[in-house]
Amino acid sequence: MTAVQEQAASEIGRDRRRKEDMRLITGRTRWTDNITLPGMLHLAMVRSPFAHATITSIDTSEAKDATNVVAVLTGADLGEAQGACINAWAITEDQVTPPHLPMPTDRVAFAGEIVAVVVARSAAEARDAAELVDVEYDDLPAALDLKEAAEDTVLAHPDLGTNKSAFWKFDSAEAGTGGDVDAAIEKARGDGIVIEREYRQQRLIPAFMEPRSVVVDPTGEQITVWSATQIPHILRFALAATTGVPESKIRVIAPDVGGGFGGKLQQTPEEMIAFAVGRRLGKPVKYTETRSESLLSAHHGRDQWQKLTLCAEKDGTVTGLKVDLLADLGAYVSLVGGGVPVLGAFMFNAIYKFPAYQFNCQTVLTNKTWTDAYRGAGRPEATFAIERLMDELAAELGEDPLEVRRRNWITHEEFPFTTVAGLEYDSGNYELATDRAMEMFGYDELRAEQQRRRDAGDPVQLGIGVSTFTEMCGLAPSRVLGQLNYGAGGWEHASVRMLATGKVEVVTGASAHGQGHETAFSQIVADRLGVPFEDVEVLHGDTQSSHKGLDTYGSRSLVVGGEALVRATDKVVEKAKQLAAHLLEASAEDLEFAGGRFGVKGTDAGITMPELASAMFAAHDYPEGMEPSLDAEATYDPINFNYPHGTHLCAVEVDTETGQVQLRKYACCDDIGTIINPLIVAGQVHGGLVQGIAQALWEEAVYDESGTLVSGSFTDYLLPTAADTISFDVDHTTTPSLTNTLGTKGVGEAGTIASTPAVVNAVVDAVRHLGIDDITMPCTPERVWKAIQGVAAGGTTEGASMPHFDGDEAGTHSTEGAGA
Amino acid sequence: MIPAAFDYLAPTSVDEALAALAEHGDDAKVLAGGQSLLPVLRLRLNAPEVVVDLGRIESLRGVRDDGDALVIGAMTKHADVLTDPLVAEHAALLARATHHLADAQVRHRGTFGGALAHADPAGDVGAPALALGAEFTIAGSGGTRSVAADDFFVDLFETAIADGELLTEIRIPKYTGWGAHYEKFVRVAHQWPIVAVAAAVRVEGGTIAEARVGLTNMGSTPLRARAVEAALQGQPATDEAVRAAAAHAAEGANPPSDLNGDADYRNHLATVLTRRAVLAAAGA
Repeated sequence: MTAVQEQAASEIGRDRRRKEDMRLITGRTRWTDNITLPGMLHLAMVRSPFAHATITSIDTSEAKDATNVVAVLTGADLGEAQGACINAWAITEDQVTPPHLPMPTDRVAFAGEIVAVVVARSAAEARDAAELVDVEYDDLPAALDLKEAAEDTVLAHPDLGTNKSAFWKFDSAEAGTGGDVDAAIEKARGDGIVIEREYRQQRLIPAFMEPRSVVVDPTGEQITVWSATQIPHILRFALAATTGVPESKIRVIAPDVGGGFGGKLQQTPEEMIAFAVGRRLGKPVKYTETRSESLLSAHHGRDQWQKLTLCAEKDGTVTGLKVDLLADLGAYVSLVGGGVPVLGAFMFNAIYKFPAYQFNCQTVLTNKTWTDAYRGAGRPEATFAIERLMDELAAELGEDPLEVRRRNWITHEEFPFTTVAGLEYDSGNYELATDRAMEMFGYDELRAEQQRRRDAGDPVQLGIGVSTFTEMCGLAPSRVLGQLNYGAGGWEHASVRMLATGKVEVVTGASAHGQGHETAFSQIVADRLGVPFEDVEVLHGDTQSSHKGLDTYGSRSLVVGGEALVRATDKVVEKAKQLAAHLLEASAEDLEFAGGRFGVKGTDAGITMPELASAMFAAHDYPEGMEPSLDAEATYDPINFNYPHGTHLCAVEVDTETGQVQLRKYACCDDIGTIINPLIVAGQVHGGLVQGIAQALWEEAVYDESGTLVSGSFTDYLLPTAADTISFDVDHTTTPSLTNTLGTKGVGEAGTIASTPAVVNAVVDAVRHLGIDDITMPCTPERVWKAIQGVAAGGTTEGASMPHFDGDEAGTHSTEGAGA
Repeated sequence: MIPAAFDYLAPTSVDEALAALAEHGDDAKVLAGGQSLLPVLRLRLNAPEVVVDLGRIESLRGVRDDGDALVIGAMTKHADVLTDPLVAEHAALLARATHHLADAQVRHRGTFGGALAHADPAGDVGAPALALGAEFTIAGSGGTRSVAADDFFVDLFETAIADGELLTEIRIPKYTGWGAHYEKFVRVAHQWPIVAVAAAVRVEGGTIAEARVGLTNMGSTPLRARAVEAALQGQPATDEAVRAAAAHAAEGANPPSDLNGDADYRNHLATVLTRRAVLAAAGA
């Protein structure tokens, strides 16, 4: 190990520029939509404008007659060949799961659902003809509001008889991990403090940069599917499982993919339809969605109501937390679907030593776009709830919010620590990260400024928000997933190929879509094999080359996939050592490995890794009983989740005259264990912060009362740009994870999980002296201003969105080819 | 995001353009900078058979000094308005508003006249043009006519430009030496203003001698805040006096309600932003 650690100093921890960025940034690469195959046909989707309606007829005749249209197909035309969209995680055995056909034949359950597909020789011709498909609908009442839907007043799927899909409960008393929360609350009502709140997690749209795209080529022995997906391996499984095509006859390739944020963790109707159409016509087909289609029909995220009861002793020691969630599934139970809030179930207790805990979650079907994972997936919701509550508790006590947290958090001496939710946190140091964050932030000075502004009655008030988060990532130990009834495991696979010229190919099952796997994994391999960073090639995203894998989500690539890679690499070194001993005519025990060279201790004799690779390629002389290969692979199943943590501090200025919120300062100290590449980490943290801040201040998917997505373009769905954010002060403490060799922790979701409550806490803190204890997200200027005026701040704005585009001309007929 | 098919015409003179419009009538749409039209086409909210691109008509471009006024060609790009020294000197309010218009890419494609003809009440150049009392030169088959600012904006996306006509020039009286400020309120930088206020004032010895105030997105057209203008006249350029005058900002306004705020909130914003705009314009 000593030798390896010396090597580690050279690449691990170095701020390498990402080797993939030249091609990604210049676009000189293969995105799915770039792919053009001989004879390829193009698809356009006809989508329902209604949230809930019976399809009474579909007349495709005019579209079929249009120029260069090859076919117009409905769900009925495709029949069983269209397969189905699967739910991989029935969270309870009695979960109510509506069948989900890619193209339903009789009834649509959300606006944007596909009812027909047009196939033409060009994308433009397909699009033109889609306008000619005449679909007749009978409008049905739509279940739209989450709380109303939970009452079953209107049914999203009348045949099911209920909108309630599954009720999932965790109780620490029943599980034996803690006490009885109801008893704790009852006691606190008598002699302690009880904080009861209801928070809204608004619906969000992942809004990845590259719209989804799929190309299907059925012309070989294997059907090849290129897709802008996070999950080529899972997609291949789902295609095979639901269409009857043998898995071995399907090759899925995720070429370079332009972001996902969980939004491409899906088996989509569009992929299934393209697959079915390609097979039916025997021709390559392509479908690329428009941005409008993406916002409308790619899965959304969040969308919960959270009823929370926190009880504490008079000194602020928390005695229990009870959580009652309503989670909006949208129209279908998606791939992970109801499992998203369950991923949050273990995180409401966060970094704290709560003695009693109960989590109840009801998932609910509505006639809106289906929901699924979005950066953080369940954990941002949990973190928001508890970090908001801890600030509320501090306000109740009249104490500094960091002091209340200190009183309740797990101290660094107490690790490993088994939480009230039953997880074992392996490592952490909340004190250290908090001290560092406060120092970076200038906490005391900002508090003093806040007081001055309050005293002066400044129209612009200052607020300070705290978020001391942890999360569980590195999904996931397969046995735990099994216990949770998830349909797959959580292992990852890697292989290392030693090429004859001394170059190294690394194959990972973690399919990157912008994270920088190629760079980070190259750094790991360069260190462990002692080969140059540039000589390592990382291959991913193709089920033919990367035959085993469970893809990229849940901040798993490094902590699970990286560990698989470490283990495969170590096997290569072990094989190389045998060969080196043989060629050097030395005992393996007398060899030392450093800088990619096996040397015989006490001599000048030695042989390098590339020389060994060449020698093994020739295979003229190698040990008896050894296979002539240095290549190795490993499949790693994590033994535990992975628990990054950090302290985030946010200062905002609130203009009390307008309600405008302006970020003033943001400092965070994340502990993500050993850092492989600080530059990639900085990128993940910055991007994550902006995405979490955006939930707090800007983003919301809004439906009108007929179930139409009002925020259906970037005119109304407000994504921030660099102009709207500030420079972040980012630093790290390093408490290595004990559950993987490198000591790494996930960082992909940390910023998003941590930042949302920090910002909202800051906004509320700025106006708390005016009698305000909550503002619904996103904290729009209007909501903030109305809160200050004493008007309920949680309400939604009345009135539809003002049109910015003149919509009185052709093409808006609601029943005719209302594509997006 | 593929528009329906259309024919494309690129006339090189106003007469040719007018002839094209006369020939194709309702089937034609005029393309200026395309920053509003192209999204509409790509979203298939409109499907003209003919698009008449004015981009090759040189005579429609540029800013010239015409004695007591500036004349700005309708096809002058926002970026050129923004950097024009005549505009900076004589119509500073327009420069201030243009500075805040969308983003650099849009400003380098979009045109002053195109934005005015599109008449989005949330557009940034309507209120300053109105406040400054611009005159709009409109060419048609029978020659040109001039329309006063008060008559130009008719309704949502609707102006005095009739079918078959083209906006060719915008004439803006000189406001040399006036203070100007455009106070724009947004949630994110690239969005249309929720409300914005365009204010130009002439201050003489600490007193507001004249004021012109325009409102963006406070009704179906850009609006003049005449009650504010009247209340400001002769008042000292102080916070107190301006605050009192600005309280009239929403009089006669009929703002929309949307995801960014309801009408009441916009009415309130108008008063706050008007106060800020006027004080900033007055250098107070």
